[in-house]
Amino acid sequence: MTQSYRIETGGLINRNKKISFKFNGVTYFGYEGDTLASALLANGVHLVGRSFKYHRPRGFFGAGVDEPYAVVQLYRNGETEPNIKATEQELFEGLEASSVNCWPSVNFDIGAINNFLKIFLPAGFYYKTFMWPKSFWYKIYEPFIRKAAGLGVASTKHDKERYEHKYEYCDFLIVGSGPSGLASAYSAAKNGAKVILAEDKPRYGGSLLTSDVNIGNQSGKDWADGIISELKEMPNVSVKNRSQVFGYYDHNMLVMSEKVSDHLPKTKKYHPNKRLWYIRAKEVLISSGSIERPIVFGNNDTPGVMLSSAAKEYLKVYGVLVGKKPLVFTNNDSGYETAIEFKKHGVDSIVLDSRSNPQSEIIDEAKNLGINIKNSYVVVAAQGYKKVKSADVATISEDKKTLGKIENIICDCICVSGFWTPTIHLASQSGNKTKFNEEIDAFVPGVSKQNESTLGAANGVFTLEETLKTSFDKGKELSKKITEKDNEVSIPNVVEKKYSKHDKFWCVPLPKGKNYKRFLDFQNDVAVSDVEIALREGYRSIEHVKRYTTLGMATDQGKTSNLNGLQLVSEIENKVVPSVGHTTFRPPYTPISIGAIVGREVGKHSKPTRKSPIHNWHEEHNAVFVDAGVWLRPRYYKKGNETLFEASKREAKNVRTNVGVCDVTTLGKIDVKGPDAAEFLNRVYTNAWLKLPVGKARYGVMLREDGVVMDDGTTTRISENHYHMTTTTAQAANVLSHLEYYLQLVWPELNVNVVSTTEQWAGAAIAGPKSRDLLKKLFPKTDVSNEGLPFMGYVEGDLFGVKARIFRISFSGELAYEVNVESDNGRFMWEKIIELGEEFQIQPYGTEALSTLRIEMGHVAGSELDGRTIPYDNALEGLLSKKKDFIGKRSLRRTAFVAEDRQRIVGVVPLDKKTSIPEGSHLVKDASAPLPNKKLGHISASCWSVEHDNPFSLAILKDGKNMIGEKLFVMSPLKNKVIPVEIVSSHYVDPKGERVRS
Amino acid sequence: MRSQNEFSYGGDATVKRPEINKEVTDQEWDNFVYNRVSPRGKHLELWQHLSGCRQWIKVERDTATHEIFNTYKANEEIA
Repeated sequence: MTQSYRIETGGLINRNKKISFKFNGVTYFGYEGDTLASALLANGVHLVGRSFKYHRPRGFFGAGVDEPYAVVQLYRNGETEPNIKATEQELFEGLEASSVNCWPSVNFDIGAINNFLKIFLPAGFYYKTFMWPKSFWYKIYEPFIRKAAGLGVASTKHDKERYEHKYEYCDFLIVGSGPSGLASAYSAAKNGAKVILAEDKPRYGGSLLTSDVNIGNQSGKDWADGIISELKEMPNVSVKNRSQVFGYYDHNMLVMSEKVSDHLPKTKKYHPNKRLWYIRAKEVLISSGSIERPIVFGNNDTPGVMLSSAAKEYLKVYGVLVGKKPLVFTNNDSGYETAIEFKKHGVDSIVLDSRSNPQSEIIDEAKNLGINIKNSYVVVAAQGYKKVKSADVATISEDKKTLGKIENIICDCICVSGFWTPTIHLASQSGNKTKFNEEIDAFVPGVSKQNESTLGAANGVFTLEETLKTSFDKGKELSKKITEKDNEVSIPNVVEKKYSKHDKFWCVPLPKGKNYKRFLDFQNDVAVSDVEIALREGYRSIEHVKRYTTLGMATDQGKTSNLNGLQLVSEIENKVVPSVGHTTFRPPYTPISIGAIVGREVGKHSKPTRKSPIHNWHEEHNAVFVDAGVWLRPRYYKKGNETLFEASKREAKNVRTNVGVCDVTTLGKIDVKGPDAAEFLNRVYTNAWLKLPVGKARYGVMLREDGVVMDDGTTTRISENHYHMTTTTAQAANVLSHLEYYLQLVWPELNVNVVSTTEQWAGAAIAGPKSRDLLKKLFPKTDVSNEGLPFMGYVEGDLFGVKARIFRISFSGELAYEVNVESDNGRFMWEKIIELGEEFQIQPYGTEALSTLRIEMGHVAGSELDGRTIPYDNALEGLLSKKKDFIGKRSLRRTAFVAEDRQRIVGVVPLDKKTSIPEGSHLVKDASAPLPNKKLGHISASCWSVEHDNPFSLAILKDGKNMIGEKLFVMSPLKNKVIPVEIVSSHYVDPKGERVRS
Repeated sequence: MRSQNEFSYGGDATVKRPEINKEVTDQEWDNFVYNRVSPRGKHLELWQHLSGCRQWIKVERDTATHEIFNTYKANEEIA
């Protein structure tokens, strides 16, 4: 294919480097420095997509961030990214892209039938129609809308690209490198201030790249180039292109997304794809310029209708003609610049000006060049389906209400200019109260809330001379306060053409008998008629109108549509725009990749990984690990081809018959020290602690103030004023904070100190009928007999020269001990246990076997203590002291907590003794009752009881106390299972607890 | 200056726990456990320097603008 719309010379592209790319499977050529949009236009491709609702053909409307139509699916280096603006995507060798929101193809789209059914799809259509009948929603409407709507397709693959975050501080963050950005950056930098100048496009200069002006006897672009190269040389200045400042937050923190690699075929080694900058700036200067706004007319969404400034940019920057028979439709002088630019390249355009007799230098220049100008003329409707073929035009009366006779003009594009809208998004995000400027029919920043100033076109200043002067001054004045320097900067002479006043005209009336769609929001297909319906139906607030019609809610966030929408509402409501107000501007200014926001915190980098000092041994012995909070714990030790189920059964069985060892290093450990430690524990735990002797451990439950169980664990009195508290792995950090809260804020009079010792100790639980025999071998010098070390006893021992703490406590319900040594000796301890345990058939066991053992014993753990249960629910009411007060005690008197039929822990066994019960299933009385079936309780934990060799679960069941022996059903709609079950005691093994004391 | 990431929020600092072992009415207890005002503007709240010195502190902060006016130690009396 030839680039038949590329002019011979000119533009800022590199014609020496030809680049091939594919769009919708067809290969085209462009040049280095092109965007995907400019390269497609150079090849005469205007049809790039289909609209959201009616699937109408869509082309290009802008040339940058404001683009509402041309979003594509991009393929790069084996990855795909949806919803990329073709007007922002730089061309690289091998780029592939395809249209979105069209099926089966962009040229033939079945959804376009909506276009002919459009009377059925007005504003609020989805709200009204798809509500009824209810059952149709899931089966018919929802899947259909899903297929028809939506933009691109997100990749389901793991993203191999890297994204970085960076934190930066500066005196000035200057957003935009147009004339005001350059001028203010220059004078601030000259005073020695630390400056970051951010430009979202690849090229610096903003409007100077396309305007026909002269600064200090050079062209605007040459002046900009000079300033930029001077700034780049300064050590206190950082100049960034491809960097979009998209959010303005509190305390002058702004966030900027820098596209580091998107313009390259492949990300360079060690480079990120994007870099997200968090910038705290003493002063923010917003010089984000302005965006041209359209004039609304019939079929104004036809490909080939575009902003006049975009047509000029394609020509001046990329050397591309958007058409060879252009029609320019304007209400101000900007349209003439585009017409003159066309003329310079030998293309004759016709200018339709809605004004009756405009006079200015630039209009004179156009006249002198022989450009055909028609005053008091408007475009009534564009004609052509996939591309503009002609335009229906007419004269318009002075009051803009009456059209003259319709004429037809052959053209291949319509360049429209409805004057300029300052880009005030960042200022508004900062909390600036914006105000309406009637002079320019747009909102401009008002009173600043943070240290922010808006300059140039973004502030509604449209002359270069004033922009440069105010910007140089602002940079100088603000930097003087920061650096206390006052270096003189000379303001260059400016030659520019003066503009005449624009016409307050934004929407062409419909001709009699015609019902053209006149679009306000091009991406979301919101037409004038939709807003009229919303208002007719009683929506008044602009925020409501926006949500009902989806005006301005597309990915372009209404950059080209908001003000016209406001004009329409104010006109129909007979109000002025400022009283209608604008909708809230929220970050991000433009869509930002999720990857950039997430940064490096993905996969294993999302949280720290904690490993026990015995971790390497586990690894060497085929442990399969599981995440337990931030810890990695062995779930089971795989032998041969064993499954998780087989291995955990083997490990648990071995604990019940011989002896097993489990790494319990991860349990939270807190040292509680001080003369008032006993009193403190007495308030924290529900049971009594004042009389616990030295060398004894006690099980305790702690509550939150609302009576709900917070955590449980054993605490041992090591010496007179020293207690060793253990917590569950998951709650360790919360418990420490909880204790500190009470000690620092509630009872500062208690002389107690707490400190985490979790990482100081490595722990091994030795459990099983042969555990005492093993312990004797490990500690030959220590009396570990039932009398010497009874249940809940504690002694210190000597493990072959290593100091050890021995606790006789049990989670598995077997005769069991827990041995702690200093972390560095953890592996030594473990290997000794394995070595000496060999003769007792010792096996290590993981968390899965650990769960099995505790579940069949009816010991509660995290799945029962889930933040929704009180002591009674867990059969822990025996631990509630009646004699003393404790945290949360007063709440236990609440009516619901003392109800007769209060929920309580029970055991659940399937009647067939075979079917495993999924955790989280519900318990119901009648499996065939109509929905919603009343839920009586839920399964909190399930295992295969190794003692009984059948499935067993724990459940929290309403009136559990009186339900033992009842037959119920377990239902799991997720797994599509209904299981008849019997309710039994939660203590399924050794209900009297004899083993732990044996 | 420490990063906000090091701190965790701990609720309204003006709430006072009833004394231990003292009988209180249902209303008093409910006020302590559940009932909170949610002011727009100045608010005295608790924060803990979790990833740091582990001190609980009181912070006077504007809930609308996030402006911080003052900080106090855990046991400091506030006029």
